[in-house]
Parts: sequence; structure tokens; C-alpha cells
Amino acid sequence: MKILVGYKRVVDYNVRIQVKPDGSGVVTDGVKLSANPFDDIALEEALRLREKGVASEVIVVGIGPADLTAHLRNGLAMGANRAIHVVTGDAVQPLTAARVFLKLIEKEQPGLVLMGKQAIDDDANQTGQMLAALWDRPQATFAGKVAISDGKATVTREVDAGLEVIETELPAVITVDLRLNEPRFIKLPDIMKAKSKPIDTIEFGSLGIEAHEQLKTTYYAAPPKRSKGVMVKDAAELVAALKQKGLL
Amino acid sequence: MSKILVIAEHLGGRLNTSTARAVSAALAVKPDAIDVLVLSDAPDTVAAEAAKIDGVSRVLTVAKAENAHPLAAVLAPQIARAAAGYSHVFAPSTTFGKDLAPRVAALLGVAQVSDVMSVEASHTFKRPIYAGNAIVTVEADAAHTVVATIRTASWPAAASGAGSAPVEALGIDAALPTHTRFVELKQGGSERPDLQSASKVVSGGRGVGSKENFDIVYKFADKIGAAVGASRAAVDAGYCPNEMQVGQTGKIIAPELYMAIGISGAIQHLTGIKDAGTIVAINKDGEAPIFEVADFGLVGDLFKIIPELEAALG
Ligand SMILES: Cc1cc2nc3c(=O)[nH]c(=O)nc-3n(C[C@H](O)[C@H](O)[C@H](O)COP(=O)(O)OP(=O)(O)OC[C@H]3O[C@@H](n4cnc5c(N)ncnc54)[C@H](O)[C@@H]3O)c2cc1C
Ligand SMILES: Cc1cc2nc3c(=O)[nH]c(=O)nc-3n(C[C@H](O)[C@H](O)[C@H](O)COP(=O)(O)OP(=O)(O)OC[C@H]3O[C@@H](n4cnc5c(N)ncnc54)[C@H](O)[C@@H]3O)c2cc1C
Repeated sequence: MKILVGYKRVVDYNVRIQVKPDGSGVVTDGVKLSANPFDDIALEEALRLREKGVASEVIVVGIGPADLTAHLRNGLAMGANRAIHVVTGDAVQPLTAARVFLKLIEKEQPGLVLMGKQAIDDDANQTGQMLAALWDRPQATFAGKVAISDGKATVTREVDAGLEVIETELPAVITVDLRLNEPRFIKLPDIMKAKSKPIDTIEFGSLGIEAHEQLKTTYYAAPPKRSKGVMVKDAAELVAALKQKGLL
Repeated sequence: MSKILVIAEHLGGRLNTSTARAVSAALAVKPDAIDVLVLSDAPDTVAAEAAKIDGVSRVLTVAKAENAHPLAAVLAPQIARAAAGYSHVFAPSTTFGKDLAPRVAALLGVAQVSDVMSVEASHTFKRPIYAGNAIVTVEADAAHTVVATIRTASWPAAASGAGSAPVEALGIDAALPTHTRFVELKQGGSERPDLQSASKVVSGGRGVGSKENFDIVYKFADKIGAAVGASRAAVDAGYCPNEMQVGQTGKIIAPELYMAIGISGAIQHLTGIKDAGTIVAINKDGEAPIFEVADFGLVGDLFKIIPELEAALG
């Protein structure tokens, strides 16, 4: 079984995001870019399934500009067998990203697609679900535990009410949550090995996907700032202050 | 002319308050009609609750055995059918709505607006990106149905009680998949107020130190009638269950009072509490970033301070 893994490059989670003064976007020039943390977890899970003999091949997929290669090499160094780079310089919204994945699925026929539950830049939390709908296959979002056997996936989902367990047939789309696993660190020899692993490059335009994006982002604003409050000296003063505000 | 379909969230025969919050957002669009759609195996009690929400025009029910559990793959095709004639489909931005709405949007071939914080015009919304570090204004194409999830912390629950919307059964014959099956739901079964709708929340972080120590957080919360939350570090360390996590990847909440105890104030945690009324921080490190956003800060050892707070409360 092949596993396709969504491997998106985003602004590193430690970067303090600055909104451009003219409201045209956020500052991304010169900031550190990394793999979406959820996608590292998705990749780790795929690698573990390969190590268990459940999967035979792990393919990382990135949709983005020409310089995405170095990022995809990280995925290969972590252990993916190969990478697919769908090249586009344009902003790709989740529905379009899902349509791209569907095209790749038609060609690769994976038994499983693993993705992050959300990308930490746009926080859309949509792509996996949209893909599952277009593909007419099961989805298991917010996965905290995944078990594959007898052509079925049993997934424990982290939902608001607690932990929900569902069972799906394969192929399926699983989107992963933070506690699924802890991604491995990349070792130096793996970086060397990754250099000889293949990256297929596909021009977005050649996929025949209508790239009409229905959402227009017209303005970026910094969030309203909470102002720093006061320091109290002890528990009694705190209780008094909260009582005065009618909160206790 | 706007007509909005709001997808009801419910569990165990009770309507979740997230539904009334989504109705609030729908009201902000100033539509001609707001219909609430209840998909269930036995929708009657939930529908009766939904019918009381102010501003609801009709409650539509789809009763099917397959709808006993909220499986997105099963519900989405029914909603996509029911959406015909509506300009907007809203669902709460809870794990229920986040799981379901994109599947509906894709079936309709439309984009989705996630986590709507405010409605600027019928097709213009504000939403957070980068863990709330930027707020974008997004315009949806008016030629298509708008599918959106509503950031529940940004909207009060629409008032309930005065309304008495008619309840109508909807016959939908969509082919439903059998490839996805519900197995079980493991709930904490807590008697405490619900984290997402509580007016007071006390959260503990890594500073609490262990699962056993967390009892002092629970005890204090019970004393003031608060729900209990946690940082990711506390959940990861096994001090408390996942459903208590507050933050970018946990719950986004807006209580009147939020008390962060032994929590450093990482940006991903703060994302979850930006809309809290009053934030209190208790931390032994006076330099902890949580103090930058706290309305009241108290530097000290939580194991000493919590008993003192309880004593001061009398
Ligand atoms: C060069 C460039 C510039 C962009 N500029 C903007 C901009 O200014 N404003 C804006 O709003 N959007 C912009 N985007 C689009 C944006 O970054 C997202 O790709 C898109 O909106 C999807 O949202 P999301 O990642 O939050 O989706 P989610 O649904 O949250 O993503 C979930 C998962 O889907 C998979 N996935 C999604 N997208 C990709 C991808 N591209 N490659 C691999 N896997 C993926 C990943 O596994 C991810 O974890 C830009 C994209 C590119 C390539
Ligand atoms: C993609 C991503 C998503 C994330 N999502 C979330 C999320 O949703 N929610 C979330 O919370 N985090 C999230 N995180 C993690 C976040 O970055 C922090 O690691 C986490 O919030 C830290 O938790 P903490 O404050 O409890 O722990 P720490 O940062 O370790 O802080 C513990 C604090 O306790 C104080 N302390 C220790 N002992 C005492 C004592 N006896 N008395 C008083 N104070 C004491 C310390 O001074 C310290 O400030 C995410 C991270 C990533 C990368």
C-alpha cells in the first residue's frame, strides 16, 4: 500500500507574525519556514506504518513555488521514499489543494492519504475533508490514534466531547492531531541519502484544474492587543479585585 | 436576498449551545430566513429546543437511523441536498462543524470560510489566521453558496425561549455511504460546567506538575463554579484528558473570567483565550509572557497561592 502525505511549508511556529502596515499581507520575507508541524506528524505516522509492513511506499506532496525543493528534501530525509512537487507561484486555497491531491490519487492509487488537521498559517482545517468528499472516500479527522488492519482503519479522534472511535474502509483520508506521535529528528546521513531520492515535478497548469479561487482576502489586520493589566501582591488582593468586578 | 441554513450540533438528545451562537452570526447577515437543520435518528427533542431560539424561521429535521452519530461522510450528502436554495450554510467551528462543513463545501464545489469572527456584509467576513496573529477580511463569491464555520467564542448564543418556529420533517433521499462506522465515544463524564460555554474557566499548565496535583485545580474550580481547562503541555504530560486543551489546536473560549495557573502563555495557548473578559495569571516566574496579556497578575508558587485564594474566598 502506498501512502500519500500532505507536506506543506509554512512560517515556522516560533516566528512572531507581523502584519504589513498597508494591510496587504503578513511579512514572510526572510522569516524562517518549516514543515507544518501537523504534516511532520502525518509523515511520521506514515513512516511507522511502513516500518510495520503495513505500507510499502511513502510519498510526500508539496504544492507551492519552485523553491519548495529544499523543504521536500527534509521530508525525504525524514524517510519518505519520494516526493511530488506541484509547482505554482499562486496562492492555492483548500478546495484547489484538494483537487490537486485528487489528480495525484488518480495516478498513484494510494491506500491511505495522511494530512495535517490544519496548516498553522491559514488555519483553514479543510483540505483533508474536501479531498475525502471529492474522492468519495471515508475521512477520519483529528486522529489521535491510528490502527490499520484487514483493510480497515480504526481511528481515535480527538473531539470536543472526548475521544471518538470510528472505523473506516480503505482507501481513506486521515487528518492528524498533535498527540498522534512525536516526529523523529532528521540525522545527517539521512540528509545525504535524501539527495538521491526522486522528486517528481508537475506544473500546476498541466493538471487541468480550474484555478478559480472563490475567496478573496482583501485586508490583513493585526489583532486588537490586550493591554497589560496590573500586578497584585497577594491572594487577598486578587480576590478583592475579582469580587469588585463581580467575577467572584 | 439571503437565506441561511444553520446545521444543528447536538449530543445525547441535547442541542449544543454552539448552534445558538451560529444563529447569532446568521442574524448578523440580516437574512430573510434562518432555518436550522437537525440530522438525527430521533430529532424531536433537539428540534423543539432549536425552535425556541430567537430569529429561527423554521426547523427542518431529517430522521434516519444512519444519523444516530455525527459521521461527516454520512451527514454531508444530506446537507448538500438540503442546501439547495440557500445563500449560506453555517456550522459552528467546533470539532463537529470543522469535520463536517468542508465535506459539504466540496460536494457543493464551493470554498469555505473557516472561523467567522464577524460579518461585515452578506459575503464579507473576518477570520483569524496564524493562530490569531492576523485577522483577515475575506470576500466570498456571491455567485456561490457560502459555506462557513462560525468561531463560537466570537458570538453570544442567540436568546432562547421567545421563539416558536415550526418544525418540518424533510425527506432527503441521498445515497449514504457505509464505508465509515461509529464505534464509540469515550467521554470524561464531568459534572463541571462545559468548558466552551462556561462563564468562568480555571486552567492548569505544566507548572501543576502531575495528574495528582491537578486535583487542587479541580477543587479550586469547583469552589468558584468554574470549568477546568489545560495547556497542551499539561495534556501531553497526561495530567488531564485531551478535551480540556485550550488554544490554537484545542478549544477557543471566551469566558468572563479566565485563570491561568502555572501556564507560561505560549502564543498557541493565548490564541484560545484572546476573547476572555478578564484574564488572571498565577505563575512563579515574573517574566512569563502570560503576564503581558493578564488583567491581573500574581507572581508566586501556585501550591501556596491556591490555598490562600480559597481562604480569602471564605
Ligand atoms: C506561494 C503561495 C503564496 C500564498 N499566499 C497566500 C496568501 O497571501 N493568502 C492566503 O490566504 N493564502 C495564501 N496561500 C495559500 C495558503 O498558504 C494555503 O495553501 C491554502 O489556503 C490552504 O489552506 P490551509 O493550508 O490552511 O489548509 P488546511 O486545510 O488547514 O490544510 C490541511 C492540510 O492539507 C495539506 N495541504 C494543504 N495545502 C497544502 C500544500 N500547499 N501543499 C501540501 N499539502 C497541503 C497539508 O497536509 C495540511 O496540513 C499561498 C500559497 C502559496 C503556495
Ligand atoms: C502547532 C502547535 C500547536 C499548539 N497548540 C497548543 C494549544 O492548543 N494549546 C496550548 O496550550 N499549547 C499549544 N501548543 C504548545 C505551546 O507552544 C506551549 O508549549 C504550551 O502552551 C506550554 O504549556 P505550559 O504553559 O503549561 O507549559 P510551560 O511553557 O512549561 O510553562 C509552565 C509554567 O508554569 C510555571 N510554573 C512552574 N511551577 C510553578 C509553580 N509551582 N507555581 C506557579 N507557576 C509555576 C512556570 O514558570 C512556567 O511559566 C502548540 C504548539 C505547537 C507547535
